[in-house]
Amino acid sequence: MSDTPVTLPEHHYLNADYRLSSWLVTRDHKRIAILYLISITFFFVIGGIAATIVRLELMTAKADWVESETYNKLFTIHGITMIFFFLIPSIPTVLGNFLVPMMLGARDLAFPRLNLLSWYLFATAGILTMWAILAGGVDTGWTFYTPYSSTYSNSYVMATALGVFVSGFSSILTGLNFIVTTHLMRAPGLTWFRLPLFIWSMYAASLIMVLGTPVVALAILLVGLERMFGIGIFDPALGGDPLLFQHLFWFYSHPAVYIMVLPAFGVISELVACFSSRRPFGYAFIGFSSFAIAIIGFLVWGHHMFVSGQSVYAGMVFSMLSFLVAIPSSIKVFNWTATLYKASISYRTPMLYALGFIGLFTIGGLTGLFLATLAVDVHVHDTYFVVAHFHYIMVGGTVMAYLGGIHFWWPKMTGRMYPESWARFSAILIFVGFNLTFFPQFLLGYLGMPRRYHVYPEEFQVLNVMSSAGASILAVGYVFPVTYLIWSLRYGEPAPANPFGHTGLEWTTQSPPKTHNFDTVPIVEREAYDFLPEDTDRKIDEEQEVELV
Amino acid sequence: MSDAAVLPAHHFETHEQQRLAGEVGMWLFLVTEFMFFGGLFLAYFIYRNWYPVEFVEGGHTMDSVLGAINTGVLLTSSLTMALAVHAAEQSERRRTLWLLIATMVFGTIFLGVKAYEYHHKYEEGLMPFLAPEVWQPDRRGLATFLHLYFLMTGVHAFHMVIGIGALAILARWTTQGVTLGPRSLVVHNVGLYWHFVDLVWVFLFPFFYLVA
Amino acid sequence: MTDRHTSAAPVPAHGERVLYVVFVALIVLLAVTVVVSWFPLGAWNLPVAIAIAGVKAALILLYFMDVRHSRPLIWLVAGAAFFWLAILIGLTLADYHTRMP
Repeated sequence: MSDTPVTLPEHHYLNADYRLSSWLVTRDHKRIAILYLISITFFFVIGGIAATIVRLELMTAKADWVESETYNKLFTIHGITMIFFFLIPSIPTVLGNFLVPMMLGARDLAFPRLNLLSWYLFATAGILTMWAILAGGVDTGWTFYTPYSSTYSNSYVMATALGVFVSGFSSILTGLNFIVTTHLMRAPGLTWFRLPLFIWSMYAASLIMVLGTPVVALAILLVGLERMFGIGIFDPALGGDPLLFQHLFWFYSHPAVYIMVLPAFGVISELVACFSSRRPFGYAFIGFSSFAIAIIGFLVWGHHMFVSGQSVYAGMVFSMLSFLVAIPSSIKVFNWTATLYKASISYRTPMLYALGFIGLFTIGGLTGLFLATLAVDVHVHDTYFVVAHFHYIMVGGTVMAYLGGIHFWWPKMTGRMYPESWARFSAILIFVGFNLTFFPQFLLGYLGMPRRYHVYPEEFQVLNVMSSAGASILAVGYVFPVTYLIWSLRYGEPAPANPFGHTGLEWTTQSPPKTHNFDTVPIVEREAYDFLPEDTDRKIDEEQEVELV
Repeated sequence: MSDAAVLPAHHFETHEQQRLAGEVGMWLFLVTEFMFFGGLFLAYFIYRNWYPVEFVEGGHTMDSVLGAINTGVLLTSSLTMALAVHAAEQSERRRTLWLLIATMVFGTIFLGVKAYEYHHKYEEGLMPFLAPEVWQPDRRGLATFLHLYFLMTGVHAFHMVIGIGALAILARWTTQGVTLGPRSLVVHNVGLYWHFVDLVWVFLFPFFYLVA
Repeated sequence: MTDRHTSAAPVPAHGERVLYVVFVALIVLLAVTVVVSWFPLGAWNLPVAIAIAGVKAALILLYFMDVRHSRPLIWLVAGAAFFWLAILIGLTLADYHTRMP
């Protein structure tokens, strides 16, 4: 604790080399994380623009902004860019790439060149998909159901499918890298049970990336081949079964939602721990629950197919398993809550996002149980109830965790503090906008409004207008962090090594870190999250700088 | 060999750590290939169950003897590959080189036979995707068998081509002596890939050639 | 607890002779597969083919791919692949085999 002003360190990974070429051939996991940060933000904007037009159209019950075909393309583009080019990469490739080696005490991931290749594959996939969008778009829905996608659609299915196919390889390489690094490159003394929970979550998500992605790659390849050659694997007219596509597609795409949410869980564990100054309650349970989710998550995909023609008996099995997968998630929620109970909580911006996450994810998760119930799903399948459910998890959950994590590790990544008041205001604005956008959609779905429709009965208009109003607030809310975070790069207060007083090896380095992270290999002798009692007092006085050695 | 070649890469502590990482990484990649091909086998099981009679009919359009010989060729290539890995680990440069070349030769023979088989099917009009209007609804089952045949053996052949390409690169590197002893991991990993592709064929052969 | 060893250069755990023996076994099994297919087994044709192919696959995995002498982590990775493929095939077929049209 000193009163001397904090200054940026002289040498760090950002100023190691200013040339653009040094960024484009970098093997530094931290620079690759920044490259991803820029790319996925771009795709978030694209997906957001599509959503904006969708919500504008939905303000009226008639079709006045766009025609049916265009509307189909808009929600398809929204889904594809948001899922494959924003959500799935987001926390793993930005926070994961940056933090995994540092949390493990390593100088880089196991395969730095594969990491760079992963980003280039992502960028290539993105360019392909953008081309498909600009050339005319695709109207199959992000789910590419056959035989529409494989035979009848007249849109740019092939190009989009190729883009998604290539992005899958990017994902696989990232997951592969994380798994090998976690097994083999932990610092001396860093046993599995001394790891930050973020690592447990990233590892579990990486398992899914490696095991699930190849199957959707196959599904997409087969759609492409069927379109090109009329192979007939999925077309009933040619002797195929459209449900086979759905099985292959959802075998990945359900676990994919856990790729999107497990890293978010990891972030939340860190934020809750830090801003309660407490070891998370039930550390081992939280860690194991990540694995349980990863494994059980592979057993439930049929709940997307309850009304598709799948056998009723299979439906019952999938329904039961879907209830089972809720258990490890709730273990996490209970444990975070127990961590907060009677703790000395510091309401910094990341904590606001974490608290929002816990509430919104719980709502999203519970409504998933409604959908897992066969009889209820018959009524709400393909309605706005489903749309609200997954947006509560993906936006109320993952996006909030992502923003919380970005704010939390921003000082480490950039050496600058974000402006706390603006950040808190934005977090609250986003929370309000989000709920106004998506809560009415639960009601709409339950009342019977189908998803993917832009024309609807008049009686649904009020709720739709509320939703669109909320969306406008949400959009404004997102603009704020983009703005002040960029502003902070130049004008933000220089950050100390450990501004929030958290445990973990990444906080022992300078902010921003040197290219090789650690001058000497750290030797770990302390348990995870062993906050010292004085850490609590220190947190409340926000002026003080902390070093945990 | 320069000093730089003796040290492990900058982010690893020891050679052993680096080699282990490379091995585990390769296995994880093979897991993805396993799941990818696995999905195709799933399609096979489903449609064989739907069209049992037509699949037998399809099996009769295949030349089992040629298929068996080809399988033997591929198994032989696996032997030469395993021996090549062993030779590389023992730093036997010439032996490694010849075994790699032998593997490439056997692999190419395999592909040659497959090309002949494909051509034969083409001449007999057994490529439904080329003439969909000819294949009536009552022949859907046979069309499905043939489509799966071309799909699965085609994807397999694609992997073989990549494997032969990798072997060619390995052969070149071996002449430069950079694949031997402590640096033989790359041969080991290409070997893993080659054996995996062989393993897939071990299932493809009975599924398509020995259905009756 | 880290997963590192202290040995330097890799040493193959078994000699070349095993590789030749396994090769011969594979060729023998290939012949068995062909001969068995000549017998009319009906619906058993597929499971028997899978079983024999499975033995060949095991030989390739254990000896050519050296899983027999690999560390537990490799066993875990290889095992996970089979387990997950079993989930894909098993649960999907659970749908197809219980459809009652």
